[in-house]
Amino acid sequence: MELELRGITKQFPGVLANDDVTLTARSGKVLALIGENGAGKSTLMNVLSGLYRPDAGEIIIDGTVQDFSGPGDAIAAGIGMVHQHFMLVPVFSVWENVVLGVEPVSGPGVLNRKEARTEVREISQRYGLAVDPDALVEELPVGIQQRVEIIKVLLRGAKILVFDEPTAVLTPQEVEEFFGIVAELKGRGATIIFITHKLKEALAIADDITVLRGGKVAGHADPATATPEQLASMMVGRDIDLVVDKTAASPGEEVLTLRGVHMVDDYGRALLNHVDLTVRAGEIVGVAGIQGNGQTELVEAITGLLPLADGAVEFLGTDITDFSPRRRHEAGIAHVPEDRNHMGMVGSFSVAENLVLDSYYAPPFSRRGVMDGGAIRQSAETLVRDFDVRPPLIDNTGDALSGGNAQKMIVAREFSRDVPLVICAQPTRGIDVGSIEYIHEQIVRKRDEGKAILIVSTELDEIFALSDRIVVMYDGRIVAEKQASETSPTEIGLYMAGKAS
Amino acid sequence: MSITSPDGKTTIEPDDGAGASFFRRLTTATDWKTAFVIPALAVLTALIIGAVIIMLTGYSLAETLEAYRALLQGSVGSLRAISQTLTEATPLVFTGLAVALAFRAGLFNIGGEGQLLMGGMLAVLAGFTFTGLPLFVHLPLAILAGAIGGAIWGFIPGLLKARTGAHEVIVTIMMNYIAYRLVDYLLKTTLFQREGRNDPISKTIEPSAELPALLGWLDPAMKVHAGLILAIGAAVFIWWLLFRTNTGFEFRAVGANPSAARYAGMSVSRVYILVMTISGALAGLAGTSQVLGLLDRASPGFSAGLGFDGIAVALLGRSNPAGVVAAALLFGGLNAGGQYMQANANVGIDLISVIQALIIIFVAAPALISAIYRVKTDASSTQISKGWGA
Repeated sequence: MELELRGITKQFPGVLANDDVTLTARSGKVLALIGENGAGKSTLMNVLSGLYRPDAGEIIIDGTVQDFSGPGDAIAAGIGMVHQHFMLVPVFSVWENVVLGVEPVSGPGVLNRKEARTEVREISQRYGLAVDPDALVEELPVGIQQRVEIIKVLLRGAKILVFDEPTAVLTPQEVEEFFGIVAELKGRGATIIFITHKLKEALAIADDITVLRGGKVAGHADPATATPEQLASMMVGRDIDLVVDKTAASPGEEVLTLRGVHMVDDYGRALLNHVDLTVRAGEIVGVAGIQGNGQTELVEAITGLLPLADGAVEFLGTDITDFSPRRRHEAGIAHVPEDRNHMGMVGSFSVAENLVLDSYYAPPFSRRGVMDGGAIRQSAETLVRDFDVRPPLIDNTGDALSGGNAQKMIVAREFSRDVPLVICAQPTRGIDVGSIEYIHEQIVRKRDEGKAILIVSTELDEIFALSDRIVVMYDGRIVAEKQASETSPTEIGLYMAGKAS
Repeated sequence: MSITSPDGKTTIEPDDGAGASFFRRLTTATDWKTAFVIPALAVLTALIIGAVIIMLTGYSLAETLEAYRALLQGSVGSLRAISQTLTEATPLVFTGLAVALAFRAGLFNIGGEGQLLMGGMLAVLAGFTFTGLPLFVHLPLAILAGAIGGAIWGFIPGLLKARTGAHEVIVTIMMNYIAYRLVDYLLKTTLFQREGRNDPISKTIEPSAELPALLGWLDPAMKVHAGLILAIGAAVFIWWLLFRTNTGFEFRAVGANPSAARYAGMSVSRVYILVMTISGALAGLAGTSQVLGLLDRASPGFSAGLGFDGIAVALLGRSNPAGVVAAALLFGGLNAGGQYMQANANVGIDLISVIQALIIIFVAAPALISAIYRVKTDASSTQISKGWGA
């Protein structure tokens, strides 16, 4: 099926979310829709899935103008959405999830389990989506859960598949498998719309690329000829330098030392397996690894948020193993946490309040238990300006900021402290290109000031862009340690997959 | 006023100019329009439905209007009516604050009844045990005793939550049952029971432990007492605590996002214990104010559901101390007016409970009000507590 959007316009109070958007997705082809957060991608998808009715413009499928009054109409027209956050019931089996809402019945209200299983198996075989219909969803890896989502929309007769940031939660191997699935769907004539902000993936998989900026179509690109720099510039409307400028590191004294750090879960299984690690002043150490191989635990062991089973953490020669998170903070460890919404900020607090989230209790922000609103505001005004948080309104709630600006706010809070060690977990996850560029510059600047920096990232590009030294985590252990200049993404990738040792 | 784009990312916010206070923003992120318009419309709607109910039970329109005139007369129609409204509102301010404070920290304190009872019992005990003390010593002592009684009853669920993860809703409900029966028992002990009585009633407090009547010099029937001043003082204190102190910052952070609070080095356990203790003390002061200002003694069930009414007051007041005072005055007025209405217009006071319940339903479901009156509201403001679940 061919999908055409013609002049789609959607106005919200004060915001023109989609402004005369025109694009075409061809049958048997992949259209990558790229743009920064707030560029109007989500609105456009909501229009397409029947959640919003456009103020102007037409949705045309195979030459027929559609009029969706709800999501049901869009599904009936053959549009299937695979959301970034899966809509699955974890305690249900695969087939139960797939037929949920369209259950085959063998009598009034009686579920036909046999037919349901058959339907699921048929689709999974036809499209090469290997999955056990009887497996419990919560026990499946994320990549397989995504297949379940795909089977769900295929079962509902989707011919146009919309993927919203499909690779955000996948490991590099799963991304490869996902690309295989997309190729298979393409081969069977499906129309695929692939929403992403990962430029390399768009270039790798798409047949057409449409760039959105500020609600408008900023341009179309041909993946055969376009470069990531060109796409990034189209997304943000100015030249973007994807390479971080930095000089060679000159590492100094040991700031952080982990000796045999061991951590176990409630069942006694090792989350961190006797990890030794050193970070020196004036260097950036990058921790590479596929999500879930102990990186989160490593950071929380250093910051004191999770207890150790064994081993010691030393900071500037002092054993801080028994220090509370607050004492470590006061000793001089800054921490940009991996999950900014659930840990890095309080969404309902103002920007000013978020900027003192971990320093509210001490002068100059507080004296004898009473907070000094004036001092807090004054500091916040300076920080939002220095760290380019937009809009620079300190009474805005944290929730109101875009992902990139929320991250800049957290970076402002942590980087404005003059401390010897800065830990950044996933510093640029899910944020726009412009903010990534800015945060990378800040990290390198911190290093050049002689601070010790520990970066944890699942993005290999980011690890290589920033690190002076790279360590790879696999299954709770550090399996490799290399100078960044003496290794390659391919080699690190092998270590990440646990295939070399 | 902020304008958020549909995908919730970019926000364009006009600067709201001078006097914009950093602390002004509520955790519930409600603009002033939403904070006032919805409760006002909820009250109006509840009164209209109340009128329909009166008429359905066989009254004419004229009689119904007469009943509402009596309701107004009995709540604000005279100085005596106002005194009665304030008297009814006083304990509701305390229990409303108790629930509101806990809401702010993400906890649902349903134990107002038990905390109120234990506070009242300790206040009575202090009130009749000490004799010959001057008022300025005895009264503060009795008030302190009452606060401590409630604080202990709040501390226990707080401690259990912090140490074992026991859900405060379950524990506080159970603590209510224990308190009801403990009061019944204590009132039959020689320590509490009045000499020469077989029924469970406590000794009468000394005059030096009484909260003085404020308008008694004008008319002895005007019962409004110094507990009102204490209640307003408590509201100011809780506002200051929440929005001006480190402790309040921690309460609000834990309530809004416990993970971020832990990350920021706050002790979530400590906050749970402290909040429940202060919340319990506030409810204890409600009992204290009743026994020292109005009843002069304790008898079974003197809590009279005030602890539960505090939940309604906190909801209507949107967990804001000023809102709680306003909501308590409204409920106090309805109670006072309802008594007058029953006596003078022959419409039962039960109707007042129905109206109060309707108000809360409409406040809890603002979408209903928005739909009826077609006003735009901030849907996120409906969430009042994250206390359920994990």
